[in-house]
Amino acid sequence: MNRWLRQHWLAAVRAFEMLTSSPTSSLLSIVVIGIVLSFPAGILLTLDNLRAVAGQSLESQQLSVLLDTKAASDDIERINTNLEKIPIIAYFQFVSKEVALQQLQQEAELAEIMRNIEQNPLPDVFVVNLEKVTVDEIEMLRTAILSWPKIAHVLVDTDWARKLNAILDLGRIIAIMLATLFGAALVFAVFNMIRLQILTRGDEIKVSRLVGATDSYIRRPFLYFGAIQGLAGALLTWLILAAGIAQINRALFELARLYEATFRLDHFVWLDSLALLAIAVGLGWLGAYVSVTRYLLRSDSI
Amino acid sequence: MIQFMQVSKVYSGGFQALQGVSFSISAGELVFFIGHSGAGKSTLLKLIAAIERPTSGAVRVGQLNTGTLKRSMVPYLRRSLGLIFQEQNILYDRAVLDNVLLPLQVMGMESKAATARAHAALDKVGLLRRGKANPVSLSGGEKQRMCIARAVVHRPSVLIADEPTANLDAAYAQEIMTVFRSFHQVGVTILIATHDLTLIENRSRVLQLYQGKLAQ
Repeated sequence: MNRWLRQHWLAAVRAFEMLTSSPTSSLLSIVVIGIVLSFPAGILLTLDNLRAVAGQSLESQQLSVLLDTKAASDDIERINTNLEKIPIIAYFQFVSKEVALQQLQQEAELAEIMRNIEQNPLPDVFVVNLEKVTVDEIEMLRTAILSWPKIAHVLVDTDWARKLNAILDLGRIIAIMLATLFGAALVFAVFNMIRLQILTRGDEIKVSRLVGATDSYIRRPFLYFGAIQGLAGALLTWLILAAGIAQINRALFELARLYEATFRLDHFVWLDSLALLAIAVGLGWLGAYVSVTRYLLRSDSI
Repeated sequence: MIQFMQVSKVYSGGFQALQGVSFSISAGELVFFIGHSGAGKSTLLKLIAAIERPTSGAVRVGQLNTGTLKRSMVPYLRRSLGLIFQEQNILYDRAVLDNVLLPLQVMGMESKAATARAHAALDKVGLLRRGKANPVSLSGGEKQRMCIARAVVHRPSVLIADEPTANLDAAYAQEIMTVFRSFHQVGVTILIATHDLTLIENRSRVLQLYQGKLAQ
C-alpha cells in the first residue's frame, strides 16, 4: 500500500473508531440527517412523479386539424402528404365533412337538430395522433400546421399541461430552496458534531501537531467522519422514502383502480439515488472541513 | 545547527520572556538551559520548535528560520525534532506502543516497519515489555521514558526536553539522564531545560537564563 493510500486508510479507520466510540450519539446524528434530507428529497421525488404523470398523458395527445370550407380535394391531398412527412405523428385519419355529418346525425341527442340543417356546417378534418411529445413540440407543430394554406384551425388542449408544468416548475424551485436550507442545516449539524468530537480529542490533536502532523493529517479522519455520517444519513433518507412510497402506492393502487387507471409512485432512478448520496457525502465533508479548519486556525500556536 | 540572533519574545499580555538572546549550538552538542522559573527556558525551546514565534530577531534551525517559517512548513520542521515537555502529552486512550507509533504514522511510515521501529525505541528506554500496557499503569519514570521513546522513534537530529525530570525522584531522574546520554553518544543534538543542577555533567555546555537574558 503506498503512503497516500495508507494515510487515507488510517484516517478512515480512525473515523469508524470515532463513530463506534459513541454509538448512540452517532446513530442519533444519522437519524437527524436522514430525516432532514427526507423533506426536500421527498418533495423532489413527488414532483418527478407528477411530471411523469403529465408526460404519460401527453403520450396520447391528439390534434384536430380543421380545414377551410373552401379546401378542394388537391388541397386535402397536399395536407395529407405534408402530415405523412412529420416524424412525431404516430398516425392520422381523414374525416370528411360528409362522414362527420353522418356521425353526428347518428348521435341520438343531436339527430333532430342535424336533420333540420339545410347546409353541412362541418369542415373536413384530419385527426392526428402524436408520438410521446412535449408541450412545446405540440405547440410548434400546431403553429407549423396553421401556416399551411387552407387550414382553418388546429385544435389541441395543451393548456392543462402548461399549467401543470408551471406548477411543477414552481414546486421544483420551492423544493430546491428547501433543499438548500436543509442542506445548510446538515452542514451545521455535522459542523457541531465534529466540534464536539474535536473537544473530546483535543489532546490527540495537540500531540499529533507536536510530532509533526500536518493540518491535512489532522483534518482527514474528521472529513471521513463527516462524509460517513452524510452517507449513512442519505441511505436512511432513501429507505424512509422507499417505505413511504410503498405505503402510498398501496393506497394509490385502490384509488387508481376506481378510476380504471394505473398510477404508482416510483423511487429515484439509480442516478438520482447516487446524486442524493453524493450530495449528502459532500455536505457532511464540508461541515467537517469548516469545523476542523476553524479549530486549527484558532489553535495556531501548537 | 541552531542559531539565535538577538531574539526577543514578548507575549500578548506584555510579558517579556526573552530579550536579545544570541547563541549557536552545533550538531551533536548536549546543552543544558538553566535558570529560575520564568527565566525564559521553555519559551526558548518553544521558539526552536515553532510553537512560539519570536517578536524580533531570528531563530534558525538548520536552514530554516522558524520566525518566518510558513504555517504549512512547521510540521516538517517538527519531524526533524524530538520534543519532550513537562506536561507529558500522553494519550491515555491507547496503548504505550500506539503512543510511540504516532510520529511514524504521522509521517506515513508502513505499518510493519513502524512497529519494528517503535519496538526498538521502547527497547532503548527499557519499556519493550510494556508495549501493550495502558500508560495509566506506568510509573512516573516509565511515562517519561515512554515520552522519550516517542520523541526519538522517528530518529530526529535534535532532541528537546523541557524539565524532563520534573516530578521524578532522584533515581528516576538519573535513569532518564542515562537514556539522554545514550542518544547523545550516537550524535543526536540534545537540548535540556532544567532547574535541577544535579543533572548537569562536568563537560556539558550550560547556558544560563536570567530574566529573559543570557548570562554566560
